[in-house]
Amino acid sequence: MNILVCLKQILDPEIPAREFRVDPARREAERGNANLVTNVFCENALETALQFRETLGDAKITVLSFGAATAEDSLRKALAMKADAAALVINDKTPNPDPLTVAQVLAAAIHKLGSFDLVIVGREAGDWGAGQTAGLLAEELKIPCVSFVDRIEAMNGGLRFKRQTDSGWEVLEAQTPVVVSITNDEHNVPRIPKVRDVMMSYRQPLTQWTLSDLGYEIEDDKYYQVVDLSIPQKESRCEFVTGDTLDERVESLARRITEVTSAL
Amino acid sequence: MNDVVICLLSPASFDRAAQGLAGAGRRLAEELGSQLKAIVLSPQSPAIAAEVAQVIDKVIVVDQGEYQPESALSALADVCRQLSPVAVLFGNDTYSQEVTPRLAYRLDGAAVGDVVEVTVHQQALRVSRQVYGGKAQATIELKRTPAVLWTRSRSFAPAPRLSEPGEITELSLDIPADIRTRIVERKRESQSEQRLEEARVIVSGGRGIGGPEPFNDELKPLAELMGAQLAASRAACDAGWVPPTFQVGQTGKKVTPDLYLAIAITGASQHMAGISEAKNIAAINTDPDAPIFKHCRFGIVEDYRKVVPLLRQKLIALQNSQR
Repeated sequence: MNILVCLKQILDPEIPAREFRVDPARREAERGNANLVTNVFCENALETALQFRETLGDAKITVLSFGAATAEDSLRKALAMKADAAALVINDKTPNPDPLTVAQVLAAAIHKLGSFDLVIVGREAGDWGAGQTAGLLAEELKIPCVSFVDRIEAMNGGLRFKRQTDSGWEVLEAQTPVVVSITNDEHNVPRIPKVRDVMMSYRQPLTQWTLSDLGYEIEDDKYYQVVDLSIPQKESRCEFVTGDTLDERVESLARRITEVTSAL
Repeated sequence: MNDVVICLLSPASFDRAAQGLAGAGRRLAEELGSQLKAIVLSPQSPAIAAEVAQVIDKVIVVDQGEYQPESALSALADVCRQLSPVAVLFGNDTYSQEVTPRLAYRLDGAAVGDVVEVTVHQQALRVSRQVYGGKAQATIELKRTPAVLWTRSRSFAPAPRLSEPGEITELSLDIPADIRTRIVERKRESQSEQRLEEARVIVSGGRGIGGPEPFNDELKPLAELMGAQLAASRAACDAGWVPPTFQVGQTGKKVTPDLYLAIAITGASQHMAGISEAKNIAAINTDPDAPIFKHCRFGIVEDYRKVVPLLRQKLIALQNSQR
């Protein structure tokens, strides 16, 4: 089975809010001292693929990224986690391409890489979080899509997915090829690669393409345009409940809770 | 034509989230001077359409049987092509989230998710949403029509009732069954029949709770006492203390309760992204500098293990005294 996992490199979402700045003119976050990391849902996606490969025995996992040249680091890490092959489409055009552009570029790269039974992406990214790659990529590839998957199993003539819903979970059966988006659960926490594998990953081949290698030209603002990016100002007005003893403070907390909830 | 259309997928009732969606749709339709229509795909009860018609000019009921991703998408695309709307609005349930980008693609439109505001700016639609895990807010102008949006629908005010209910049409579509994907099992795992997104009061626990037992022994009875639903931060869900359906935050549910009581939750921005539309936030936390307090109406700096048992007693006493 041929599996493709898409990875996005993003600004570390764990940076504290007080260090987070935006450039309102460029409508982009400022890099500052933040690290660049692989989006965690993409790592959940890769982990799910790796576990699925372990159950199959025979499958090839290719990782693909569309991003800045630095996204090579995300792909090297994926190789260290034991993906089989990696390809990067370098985006030297626009820092925040719209979801349709991303899906079209990934689809063009996928066609160039070969054919895949299963295309796996994270459910959304920790930066812009549009959550559209799986759906739009499925449409570009003209194949079906299953969202919010946390487990993949093989079955006779197809695949079986468990996915999370509002109120619980569902099981879906699907024919290949299919696109799935992966969400996190306790079973797909990304593995930490071994140091030796990290070093080895730098000796492995990594395909690099430019947009013109794919014959793709980015057209600005064809889908949507970010017209404003700002940090909302929150005033802190927390009233800490008062009292001489814990008993009095909790009593006052209970009163505040009752006020708010009985006013409903 | 520039109708505004709202879509309800397998609705079990015309709940607060659906009412908020209708409200958002109505305000947009008024701004555009257009009609508000609703597509109700496979309602679980025939009474729902009648309720929807109280606030919507025209209700189109399509019975496609139980939701299946590919055929629901084909059905929606079919009806939308006939209506050629300027905007198609959805709520934030799983099915709506999965269908919106693909529907936008099929209609040559553009999609945006997790929308909290929709405005018209020189004939173009602009929407607001949080980005960077709730650290920033973006305004996005859609460059294609229709705009296909899924919204944090419960945060919008409900639509006013019409003087005359809207017209209800039943539509049967000739959509061939698509067997490439099939939902074969549906399992509810939530604590009650109510969705977390619908809850008016939420009691939520974080990493500081320390294990599954306190969720069951301390937080659950407190939630029951308050008529609240139980929720959790990502850390508590990832640790397996509670099911993933409990998760609130950027990567979990986006909730809009009137009171969100955060217990042993630091309040990282990823968590706050899920509760930014909550009316009141309160917290119990040992750390006075925890970011959660920056978003709180009220709170207490104390170990929850000391507070919660006492709080239950106090709430019972208050409830008894009010009877």
